[in-house]
Amino acid sequence: MGGWAIAVHGGAGVDPNLPPHRQEEAKKLLTRCLNLGISALRSNHSAIDVVELVVRELETDPVFNSGRGSALTANGTVEMEASIMDGNGRRCGAVSGLTTVKNPVSLARLVMDKSPHSYLAFSGAEDFARQQGVELVENEYFITEENVGMLKLAKEANTIVFDYRIPAVGSETCSAVAESPLQMNGLPISVYAPETVGCVVVDNQGRCAAATSTGGLMNKMNGRIGDSPLIGAGTYACNLCGVSCTGEGEAIIRGTLAREVAAVMEYKGLSLQEAVDFVIKERLDEGFAGLIAVSNKGDVACGFNTTGMFRGCATEDGFMEVNIWE
Amino acid sequence: MKHFLNHLLNLQQYPLSPNSLLLSLYIYILPTLAAQTSSTQLSLSLSPRFSKEKACLRQRIMGWAIALHGGAGDIPVSLAAERRQPREAALRHCLKVGVGALKAQKSPLDVVELVVRELENNPHYNAGRGSVLTREGTIEMEASIMDGNTKRCGAVSGLTTVVNPISLARLVMEKTPHIYLAFDGAERFAREQGIETVDSSHFITQENIERLKQAKEANRVQIDYTQPIQKDEKKETPTADGDSQIGTVGCVAVDSHGNLASATSTGGLVNKMVGRIGDTPIIGAGTYANNLCAVSATGKGEAIMRGTVARDVAALMEFKGLSLKDAAAYVVEECVPRGNVGLVAVSAKGEVTMSYNTTGMFRACATEDGYSEIAIWPSVQN
Repeated sequence: MGGWAIAVHGGAGVDPNLPPHRQEEAKKLLTRCLNLGISALRSNHSAIDVVELVVRELETDPVFNSGRGSALTANGTVEMEASIMDGNGRRCGAVSGLTTVKNPVSLARLVMDKSPHSYLAFSGAEDFARQQGVELVENEYFITEENVGMLKLAKEANTIVFDYRIPAVGSETCSAVAESPLQMNGLPISVYAPETVGCVVVDNQGRCAAATSTGGLMNKMNGRIGDSPLIGAGTYACNLCGVSCTGEGEAIIRGTLAREVAAVMEYKGLSLQEAVDFVIKERLDEGFAGLIAVSNKGDVACGFNTTGMFRGCATEDGFMEVNIWE
Repeated sequence: MKHFLNHLLNLQQYPLSPNSLLLSLYIYILPTLAAQTSSTQLSLSLSPRFSKEKACLRQRIMGWAIALHGGAGDIPVSLAAERRQPREAALRHCLKVGVGALKAQKSPLDVVELVVRELENNPHYNAGRGSVLTREGTIEMEASIMDGNTKRCGAVSGLTTVVNPISLARLVMEKTPHIYLAFDGAERFAREQGIETVDSSHFITQENIERLKQAKEANRVQIDYTQPIQKDEKKETPTADGDSQIGTVGCVAVDSHGNLASATSTGGLVNKMVGRIGDTPIIGAGTYANNLCAVSATGKGEAIMRGTVARDVAALMEFKGLSLKDAAAYVVEECVPRGNVGLVAVSAKGEVTMSYNTTGMFRACATEDGYSEIAIWPSVQN
């Protein structure tokens, strides 16, 4: 095929009762981000630049769980993480435990470009951010009232909430919370909802890139790291493809999901869609997740075994789609 | 066919009876055929739902196996005896501990944790006590552990007071709903769990203070074991060999039922930035285990991460049907630049391989049929 292609996501696992206006809001944001990416691609920006700029947009908008609007830790604070990978050379950068960096994905990029390492975390990452002069804000900037409500709900139900899409409005949601049969790692999950954001791009030179960013799980232990900053788990890019995952972090990590898509393409010769389908079907066991991917040939694909995934994709030949459900 | 012959060669250490030959055909040809039809049902990634009958047959050609490493790198062959001997002795001791545990029917998960704890406690290796220092002169340790059967895993980073990081990683796996805890959160969890902690100074050795000093003078980050490059030229000085011999530690084990596990632990890179995380706690990079094999890697963390080294060994076995040995060799030769990586691995069938593209790797292994090896540089035998 050839040509550029781009996909974005705002998390896998959407509550089927999500109010229509919230669905619209999410779709609008995805559309806006796609368009940003598309116009950058049309101006011949490289894949690595495009994924960064699109994820920055997703982080800045509080709709999804990354940057502003991140899920809260058990202490009520925000700890963000992100990773980025340039398929051209497989260079990568990742950050975890950020509390004041406005755009985690950009810090991840700086780790890749400006440090001798690939992954920096917590106070070391924050120090690096200061040295690099990236935009810093108070931790409160990232916290939204809605998430404060969700944290309270999660603590009451004594669970780790997958995310927080259901606004804390009262008893009807409380009962949904208590009765949900959904599980993660043996703990009841009250609400299945979107979390992580990500973007994958192949530019018109066939270079692939991927980036993922998140606030993690609502009510997570401080210091908990999920799949999003882990190369091979939440993010991966090589000369064949770029992949970004979302969903149960633990399932994505043990399934090395993002790398898996590339590995079956590389070692089994599967096409992008076949690889995505294989991985979702065979590598998740009892876990729930979704992913988006692009190939160096200009293909775009997504797959998920959750109820819905916020996503959008577009290719150079004019195809464009934003979706939540199957 | 080549793979099948390799497989038979691997079997030669076991009595080659008609049964084991038939078994080899059964276990080998079927999955190969299955792989060609892109079906994963019969693939060699044997799931726990494997039938009892097949499991019994499987046992007869397998035995336990264990391999451990103390780091790959530019270890000079001129390494002074007083530096080499304690490290060799440690390898010998840890191998003995691991073999003893396997013979006592301990699970591979217990075995790899036990062996890595021994290596962490040894000040000559870069893990636990003896960890290299960050640029601030502090200790930040990390580790991960993985159980091949369930693919459950645990990882920790940024530890400063935990005596045995690998044990904390195991607690994360078993006692939390998460896989990976780091820095303050991990230290707090350690205290909640009552695991042994000490003042950070316990881990610091004079050798590592020296290494950091040299690295700062040379103004670079080094894998803890490379020759310090003096400003004038690369030559061996009395202090030169102080830098080349230690690295990440790790252990992989398989029992006679084909259960696999892997564990890796490290202090990281000399002079690393505070907060720097390497490959060791990253599942798929420094550590991986499934029901085909268990892998523990060592070397330049950044290169191992981008090469998803541990996962790729298993992926090559699964998707391309390579043997353990071939898969490991391929990853080490093709996926990571020369001088950057080493790994140890065992397969569900009781095979073991130790592969590296550096000058040397501190390593040891043993299999149930009595084979054992302790080495630093390439062995001259076949």
